[in-house]
Amino acid sequence: MSRYAWAPGYTDDGDRPRIVTSRFQYEDGYTLDRSLATGGYVGLRAALGRTPSEVHDEVRSATVLGRGGAGFPAGTKWGLTPQGVWPRYLVVNGDESEPGTYKDRLLMERDPHQLIEGCLIASYAAGLSQCFLYIRGEMALAQERVAAALNEAYAAGYVGKNILGTNFSIDIVLHWGAGAYVVGEETALIESLEGNRGMPRLKPPFFPAAIGLYGKPTIVNNVETLSNLPWLLTNGAAAYTAIGTETSPGTRIIAVSGHVKRPGVYEIINGSTTFRDVIYGEEFCQGIRDGHELKAFIPGGGSAPWFLPDQIDLPFEAKMVGPAGSMLGSGAIMVMDETTDIPAMALTLVRFYAHESCGKCVPCREGGTWLMRIMERVVAGRGTQRDLDQMLEIGQSITPGQYPHAASERLGLAAAPFPFRMTTICFVGPSAYNAVDSALTLFPDEFQAKLMKRTSIPVTAVGADS
Amino acid sequence: MSRLNEANVILAKEIIGRYPKARSATIPLLHLSQQQNGYVTNEAMAQIAQLVGATSAEVLGTATFYEMFKFEPVGKYLVNICGTLSCALMGSETLLHHAEEKLGVKAGGTTEDGLFTLERAECQAACTEAPCLQVNYRYRYKVTTAELDELLDDLAAGRLDGEVPPHGTVARVRQHIPADKGVGAVHPDAVVAPPAWITEGAK
Repeated sequence: MSRYAWAPGYTDDGDRPRIVTSRFQYEDGYTLDRSLATGGYVGLRAALGRTPSEVHDEVRSATVLGRGGAGFPAGTKWGLTPQGVWPRYLVVNGDESEPGTYKDRLLMERDPHQLIEGCLIASYAAGLSQCFLYIRGEMALAQERVAAALNEAYAAGYVGKNILGTNFSIDIVLHWGAGAYVVGEETALIESLEGNRGMPRLKPPFFPAAIGLYGKPTIVNNVETLSNLPWLLTNGAAAYTAIGTETSPGTRIIAVSGHVKRPGVYEIINGSTTFRDVIYGEEFCQGIRDGHELKAFIPGGGSAPWFLPDQIDLPFEAKMVGPAGSMLGSGAIMVMDETTDIPAMALTLVRFYAHESCGKCVPCREGGTWLMRIMERVVAGRGTQRDLDQMLEIGQSITPGQYPHAASERLGLAAAPFPFRMTTICFVGPSAYNAVDSALTLFPDEFQAKLMKRTSIPVTAVGADS
Repeated sequence: MSRLNEANVILAKEIIGRYPKARSATIPLLHLSQQQNGYVTNEAMAQIAQLVGATSAEVLGTATFYEMFKFEPVGKYLVNICGTLSCALMGSETLLHHAEEKLGVKAGGTTEDGLFTLERAECQAACTEAPCLQVNYRYRYKVTTAELDELLDDLAAGRLDGEVPPHGTVARVRQHIPADKGVGAVHPDAVVAPPAWITEGAK
């Protein structure tokens, strides 16, 4: 149970650095007063005392990996805007909806001023002239908290015209979505912000940094990524990189859900913490629920290929998890014990992705729905071997080819390629298939056990020679 | 009645004014109209189209893409029970069946008294607090069947009126940018030079 009734799920046992969750311990951590009393907007003042390019260099040298899923360094992303093209925009991705992920909502509900400060620092450094803070439609409390915080910040002169008496001026506009997972994809987010159906744009250009909102250079950053910036500017890049590992510095927030004793949201040291630490550690989840054992876990949200218990010693390091056949994604670990009905649980993910397909790419729109229908049949006990083969065939049209996959190499199975080879614009389609593929290749017996039992009809030979 | 009322038209214009292009206000205005009427009507969409400079069909096209917009009346309380993996692992299917029996409707249905609409929702970002649900986008965590019964009874008796507004209202706090504090939105094509602090440094 969380020690703080106002931050459901958040636990801060243990002596670890807190970069983004330091104000979660205060019930009024979302107010301007509490923020200012605990170092709020100090990072902004530090930034404004330096040139934009110095601030940019500081962030670049800290290698702040994007926390939205792809893990692309924020400082590098800001540098991708074309020279001499204005205006540039900042779009904040607060459309958190990857299955298993629960962190951006807490950051917005518990410490909106930290996020606002992060937006200001990013805008100052990269020369962004307007910021749009896109919050998922279903998060009423997060919207209320951010709206109230923005109103406070405007009144106090932290946002708007001539911030802190300088020539730095920027509006932060709060924008709500209306329920669509795919809008978490950055080009779909921009489409949605322009008032359109939230469908991803064709790539290239691969980055909205070149052509984004209204066709102008646009930086899209995740809520947690931006929330790191105030601490970074207050304490410096050297202090930031002193935490974690060289390739994955700082901390990151993870959410562990499923069959553990203490599911929760934890700020962990990036790079060095392992899945075993998190699932079995006293400070964290304290093991699988009593009398049960680990069967499988998903290391990075519903879109990530599944891991078996023997991969539990991998650290939260993209360079290790990637070659092992999965990804860290958005910091969502879903744990399944031996009681789990794998096909039925895989179906919930397939249904999610089929439901959330925007319909732009045929392999996803049709394939996702087919996979869902077939999985429903299999789970209901009306499937056949032909259905299982059919699903693999559909997978070939969404993410073709067979690459070595850590699990498949060890088990001698053919699995889908990872990273996915895509016939779709975004990850939704491959993710739908991934749930089937992971479940089917790791636990084939469970699918076989659900197939319809047909007793063969005895054949009587012609001419009855008996 | 189903068009935006006078006060909301003023609010709508304030919202539109924040964006470099009016079309960006389409989703916020659809929310506003749903807040006023409980669902989005054709008349409201035609009016929004005029306000943001789009055609009614374009507004309909945008609106129908998003899960939260309803085009016919739904219950006063929209109960969304999450059914994605983390919640499913913790028994959300049982919770949903329990709600179906208690309310006497299948997922997707509305009770005869117009009080409740039940839906099976996809991941709501409360995965560690599974199984979770939302009533008009207000969370309930680690919900048991007994707590679900109590919640539905409390809602029906009006005991949660202060906490849970009727369907259509999402956030009850809105952003307001004071005229003397805001920078103001500029059409993207009207900006050709870098911002002042980039060329001059902060001063």
